[in-house]
Amino acid sequence: MGGPASVSRPFEVYVHVPYCRRRCGYCDFNTYVGDGEGYAAVALAEMELAAAWLEERWAGGGGRPATTVFFGGGTPTVLPARDLVALLDGVRARFGLAPEAEVTVEANPDTVNAGSLRELAAGGFTRVSYGMQSFVPSVLQVLDRTHDAARLPEVVDWARVAGLDVSCDLIYGTPGETIDEWRASLEAVVAMGLSHVSCYALTIEPGTPLWRRVQSGAVADTDEDDLVTKYELADSVLGEGGLGWYEISNWAVPGAECRHNLGYWTGADWWGIGPGAHSAIGSERFWNVRLPRAYESLIAAGRLPWAGCDVPDAAGLVLEHIMLGVRLAQGLDLDVLGLPGSASRAVAEGTAGKLADDGLLDEEALGGRHRAVLTLRGRMLADIVTRELAP
Amino acid sequence: MSTRVAPELIRNFCIIAHIDHGKSTLADRMLQITGVVDERAMRDQYLDRMDIERERGITIKSQAVRMPWTVDGVEHTLNMIDTPGHVDFSYEVSRSLAACEGAVLLVDAAQGIEAQTLANLYLALENDLDIIPVLNKIDLPAAQPEKYAEELANLIGVAPSEVRLISAKTGEGVRELLDAIVQTVTPPTGEPDGPARALIFDSVYDSYRGVVTYVRVVDGSLRARERIWMMGTRAQHELLEIGVISPEPVPTKGLSVGEVGYLITGVKDVRQSRVGDTVTGYERQAKRPLAGYRDPKPMVYSGLYPIDGSDYPALRDALDKLKLNDAALWYEPETSAALGFGFRCGFLGLLHLEIIRERLEREFGLDLISTAPNVVYQVTMEDGTEVEVRNPSEYPSGKIASVREPVVRATILAPSEFIGAIMDLTQQRRGAILGMDYLSADRVEMRYTLPLAEIVFDFFDQLKSRTRGYATLDYDAAGVQEADLVKVDILLQGEQVDAFSAIVHKDEAYSYGVMMVGRLRKLIPRQQFEVAIQAAVGARVIARENVRSLRKDVLAKCYGGDITRKRKLLEKQKEGKKRMKMVGRVEVPQEAFIAALTNAEEPKKK
Repeated sequence: MGGPASVSRPFEVYVHVPYCRRRCGYCDFNTYVGDGEGYAAVALAEMELAAAWLEERWAGGGGRPATTVFFGGGTPTVLPARDLVALLDGVRARFGLAPEAEVTVEANPDTVNAGSLRELAAGGFTRVSYGMQSFVPSVLQVLDRTHDAARLPEVVDWARVAGLDVSCDLIYGTPGETIDEWRASLEAVVAMGLSHVSCYALTIEPGTPLWRRVQSGAVADTDEDDLVTKYELADSVLGEGGLGWYEISNWAVPGAECRHNLGYWTGADWWGIGPGAHSAIGSERFWNVRLPRAYESLIAAGRLPWAGCDVPDAAGLVLEHIMLGVRLAQGLDLDVLGLPGSASRAVAEGTAGKLADDGLLDEEALGGRHRAVLTLRGRMLADIVTRELAP
Repeated sequence: MSTRVAPELIRNFCIIAHIDHGKSTLADRMLQITGVVDERAMRDQYLDRMDIERERGITIKSQAVRMPWTVDGVEHTLNMIDTPGHVDFSYEVSRSLAACEGAVLLVDAAQGIEAQTLANLYLALENDLDIIPVLNKIDLPAAQPEKYAEELANLIGVAPSEVRLISAKTGEGVRELLDAIVQTVTPPTGEPDGPARALIFDSVYDSYRGVVTYVRVVDGSLRARERIWMMGTRAQHELLEIGVISPEPVPTKGLSVGEVGYLITGVKDVRQSRVGDTVTGYERQAKRPLAGYRDPKPMVYSGLYPIDGSDYPALRDALDKLKLNDAALWYEPETSAALGFGFRCGFLGLLHLEIIRERLEREFGLDLISTAPNVVYQVTMEDGTEVEVRNPSEYPSGKIASVREPVVRATILAPSEFIGAIMDLTQQRRGAILGMDYLSADRVEMRYTLPLAEIVFDFFDQLKSRTRGYATLDYDAAGVQEADLVKVDILLQGEQVDAFSAIVHKDEAYSYGVMMVGRLRKLIPRQQFEVAIQAAVGARVIARENVRSLRKDVLAKCYGGDITRKRKLLEKQKEGKKRMKMVGRVEVPQEAFIAALTNAEEPKKK
């Protein structure tokens, strides 16, 4: 929920690295081909501006050290490890870093080695999230991924040896991927003993090369039934492997959940550094210009590189709270739906009851704990649940 | 302008013609040749005022123009009374004919006579009008003047050589035709000194002047400022203005026997000055009205609903305005569970419906949904109660003894090679043949009794497509008949959707049900539960389709900037949800209603 800035709310930092060695056909993220030379210095300059702004905003409230830091991209590991460590040092210097802070870096398996991972761990990183996507070469090829599936166990070992927690991302529903191929990827992840996995349905984003190939008929579009079947398979295989779902697209062994991402879903404050990065401070949301060149020139001029901002009204904040809350296994506390801008609690309970009848919400959680918790089927229909529950 | 033309110098005539056979062009040419409209002021189709008329090339409202024409050195006064050309307005046609002594029967020399023209010709013959047969468009390469002159000659019993050949477009033969009108058409007769009697043959609402009423004086005379009495509506008015049209209104001191002109009384609603009524003096009243007055009676009903519910007051205001100019338009508020607040509207026919709907959309900027048109049924219950059903939702649910539906007497003209195709179609539509006549060696007139309900859907288009466009149709109300009718309901998840109910013949119930259920299956979006769509007659389900439940509606990734984007998308979706109509728990987009209902009444152009 929004409300006045409060020191009790965690503060998180996201650092965007908008560079990749090459673009993948399905990706519509704000990323550019390049090695990111000189980028760290610019991002460090933004941190200085951001810290000054926050100091003014939180005047009297004192500094709030970051409880988590997440380096995402793009491909953060296109930057040399020393640049990433320098950026983390910047976070520490400008915002402060809480003891036991979770510090994650996303990585492509072919942009790391044992040495670079050791260097990151030594610099304070605690966690690496690999964009594995699949263990099936033909699927990786359709996704334009360049890494060698056979190397993945080795890459995971390097991280472990360096003392990093390891997570991986998988994509399901790639055109041509069979159910058995998907199962093979899931089983490979379980076999490696990973404690955290994110599985994302392939989304064909308009304008991407993959979208153009679908439009032209060169490859098949994703299929709803296939995606649902694969989601359910993921939940089953990962569950048997000891990883439980804690958010629609995320599974972890208990205790290994990504704290940074949990912050997004539970209303933390967060500052996003880098082109196109978003921030949420209290009820304000703002975001940076997307183009690295524009970003650089604004920072060079001593200005925060904002492109826009949005302050949701009470109803918007409630909608956001519902939208994010229902994504979590812990579910949404229906008691908050009596707050201003939300439907009366009785209405919300009535709606939740119907959704439970339809098999979208868990009867027990609803009856016993007044929480809206998605069923397996409901997880694939979370947007319906949000629209129904939102006032 | 001087008034009081000697009746023997007056000729009142109309032009009977099918759409596209060139009536407006001929009227334009006559106005030009008689000098009433100069070349510069000439607009094509001068007499057709409304945009819709101009675009469709048809005349909705008849009007009268006075033209001077000199023959043998004597100036005559010709009053050309314009008649509406469509079957929906046959009563107005009959009143226009009753205001004339002669008729120009205008037929396209490339197409021959059509069913509506024939029907109007019969009407003119019944009224003892002097008929001047004319073939138009003789300048066209496809013209077959010999063939069609013979057909016309046979129909009215003259020699083929008496059929005049003209081209309204080039003006060829039009002067001679004007001469012939003077020579052939009987001048009006009447009691010049008796109590005034004038026939109202048209009544038009003008936003500046109020109602402008067109009359033909039969007996006596009417004077400006005089108090008048409407014998049918039994109302008294003052004649604020009286005059003639030539071609713009010109006030005169009065109108006398045989003259044609207009009255303005300050009334604001054409219902107070109705077509067919007789105008007489208030002080010196006629004893008997002229024959033929009747209330226009709607034949076809449809629900009109604003797509945006907040437009309901605007729709009501617009209907109120249109009513001022249309005595036949009937409406009353109606509520549909599916469509919200709207009006049940009665029309003379499908064209009338379409014109009103189009005017509401075009002139008043309203977006409307119209339910499938239906006719009026008379239901007798077993306990003897009579119920009039103007809307399928009014269909009683108790024990029904009998149902009666309106029927029409239809005339179809077509080349004889299509006799088989026409018989097939009319049989499917529960038609009963009354007779058949050959107009010429290869053209035939077929007469049928048909349920009106069978015509208001796509009969005309079917007829056109099965006869490669050659057949023409005219019909006239011919009472009611008992029929085996049932009401088919459409249900979503067991909830009846009133807008989709229909009263159909028992044999058609299944195909209507299958059609509607199939159409809705394609239009209703998938929901989080399976949606059953059923068609039922009473408690008996006759057709069923399911809309599969939705399996996936979720964003894969929701981090950082995704959150604001997703929230905004959800806000938009929630807005969209507000425009959905809820049928029980089923969300039905407005577009689905429009699409389902639009297809149901298509094709409908006549």
